[in-house]
Amino acid sequence: MANFILYRLFQSAIVMLIVALISFFLFNFVGDPISNMVGQETTVKDMDELRQRLGLNDPVIVQFGRFIVDALQGDFGISYRLQRPVEELIAERMPATLELVFVSAIIAIGLGVAGGLFTGLKRSHWFSKFILTTSLVGISLPTFIIGILLIYIFAVKLNWLPSFGRGEVVDLKGGWSTGLLTVSGWKAIILPSITLALYQTTLILRIIRSELLEVMRTDFIKFARARGLKSRDINYGHALKNTLVPVITVTGLQIGSLIAFSIVTETVFQWPGMGALFIQAVQFADVPVMSAYLILVALFFVVINLIVDLLYFVVDPRLRAEIKN
Amino acid sequence: MAVIDISNISIEFPTRRGVLTAVENLSLSIEAGEILGVVGESGAGKSLTGNAIVGLLEPPGHVTAGTILLNGRDITHLPESEMRKIRGAKIGVIFQDPLTSLDPLYTIGRQLTQTILTHKKMSHAEAKARAIELLNEVGIPAPEQRFDAFPHEFSGGMRQRVVIALALCCDPCLIIADEPTTALDVSVQAQIIDLLKNLSREKGVATMLVTHDMGVIAEAADRVAVIYSGRLAEIGDVRSVIDAPKHPYTRGLMDSIPQIGQNLKTLPNIIGAMPRLDARPEGCAFNPRCAKSKSICRQQTAPLIETGSDGQWAACWAYEGGNKYV
Repeated sequence: MANFILYRLFQSAIVMLIVALISFFLFNFVGDPISNMVGQETTVKDMDELRQRLGLNDPVIVQFGRFIVDALQGDFGISYRLQRPVEELIAERMPATLELVFVSAIIAIGLGVAGGLFTGLKRSHWFSKFILTTSLVGISLPTFIIGILLIYIFAVKLNWLPSFGRGEVVDLKGGWSTGLLTVSGWKAIILPSITLALYQTTLILRIIRSELLEVMRTDFIKFARARGLKSRDINYGHALKNTLVPVITVTGLQIGSLIAFSIVTETVFQWPGMGALFIQAVQFADVPVMSAYLILVALFFVVINLIVDLLYFVVDPRLRAEIKN
Repeated sequence: MAVIDISNISIEFPTRRGVLTAVENLSLSIEAGEILGVVGESGAGKSLTGNAIVGLLEPPGHVTAGTILLNGRDITHLPESEMRKIRGAKIGVIFQDPLTSLDPLYTIGRQLTQTILTHKKMSHAEAKARAIELLNEVGIPAPEQRFDAFPHEFSGGMRQRVVIALALCCDPCLIIADEPTTALDVSVQAQIIDLLKNLSREKGVATMLVTHDMGVIAEAADRVAVIYSGRLAEIGDVRSVIDAPKHPYTRGLMDSIPQIGQNLKTLPNIIGAMPRLDARPEGCAFNPRCAKSKSICRQQTAPLIETGSDGQWAACWAYEGGNKYV
């Protein structure tokens, strides 16, 4: 078991190294970093000096090594646009994104699992058909249209919820600013989190449903019925648990994509998170911010994948046995 | 009184192209301690009959006529909540493939205690003791240690023993074993057959042994029922049916089993194939393949007719004049 974890950690480190390499090359290929930094009046001599001072004349491998060492210490350089350390900017913006993703994930998993169970177990119920039809809408409409629709209905027409921003935030110790402690914060998070969660909800719902239909046909479910078990035990104990391995895989990846997809939602709702920061960085070719964001999102994916792999063991004894040997 | 007494049941599947009658007017009964072998080709309706008894017919299939009596109680159309209490408690079921009958995510101990606790009021410790006793009974070595093992840690034969232990959990009076040995290799088959035989003798359990393997029937069954195209073709004592089959189909079936010492160039077979449910001929379903078919065979289904004094019955017009089963 420990070996397996070490092995997976090693794999994760390699993935991160490759991502770091890509984001490192961003610096060298997306424009000349020196001309991005200096003004128009700077002489060529000054530019060469700056290039020398920043170590940009060193061999690529030395520069990459320096990039990695800095990144490990949380140093991603200075934002071209805002002239502030990137790690500071990200630390400021991260709570907003993570809270949005957290609420969306809860909505997506809660509604997805409940809807998947209902449509999978009561296939011919009219409500199942209704859920499946509406879930098609969730899958096929682009996020920003749903966001704009929600703003139009609930903010503009009904005037129930704010159309942008995070509402009032409270600063917690450690520099974390939360919107989840104020009423206006909760009001502000409803529309963006629903917008962000909708696609993932329908995906989780449909996967649970199709896995459930598959599992319900297996011999051990038939045998469980023949043993006279209660349908509650069969449905939740045996059927649902057997759908979990694929569901965990997809759900894990989807939480990763929630972080990645929050860019669009944050733009629509002017949510002051990392996604909005990234979009602005792209517009200004603010390479340090872009590369730091890239590495961070990759890190989230890697960590989630690691957790997913560990959850497999909790669920499936066959995998535990495989690793032991 | 027979443990299970099925009389004249029909099972139908309504489809878009009309109603398919998968089992028609079938009657059989099993006494305590008796093993009734039910043989037939794939699709003859033998598994359906077993499923109908425990109320596990896949919709839209359902019993349209006849009665199923369990210890004299009519269970033909019991509501699901009542039927659930009978399944696993009064009737144990064993399916064909032991590799897929057990939930891979739970220990066999958990699956055993779950079944026991569903049907019996006892503490968890008592249920565990009972489970270990059962594992011992079906011949699992070191049952205390194996209690916490997962299904994938057992071989096929051992898994089938676990499945049998699960079927026996609550001392059922009837066991329906649907092809219990088909997925196992021959030497393990013999062990499982022995186990079923002993259980039925010692505990007085009535056993319905559904199979297409005449060897298994000859080895284990007391009586045998031959099903052809959803109808009972012949039923009787196992030795009489094997040694002196009366129905032309049974005869063809017996002839097609090669015997050691027999010097054959070609294996005798029955020309043709069992008709599809929607293309069953008028009269006896076997008549197009029967060398001795008469005009009445093509018009009317033969009733079960007693062919001798030893309780052998065949649904064949050749025995017209004998006692008819009503």
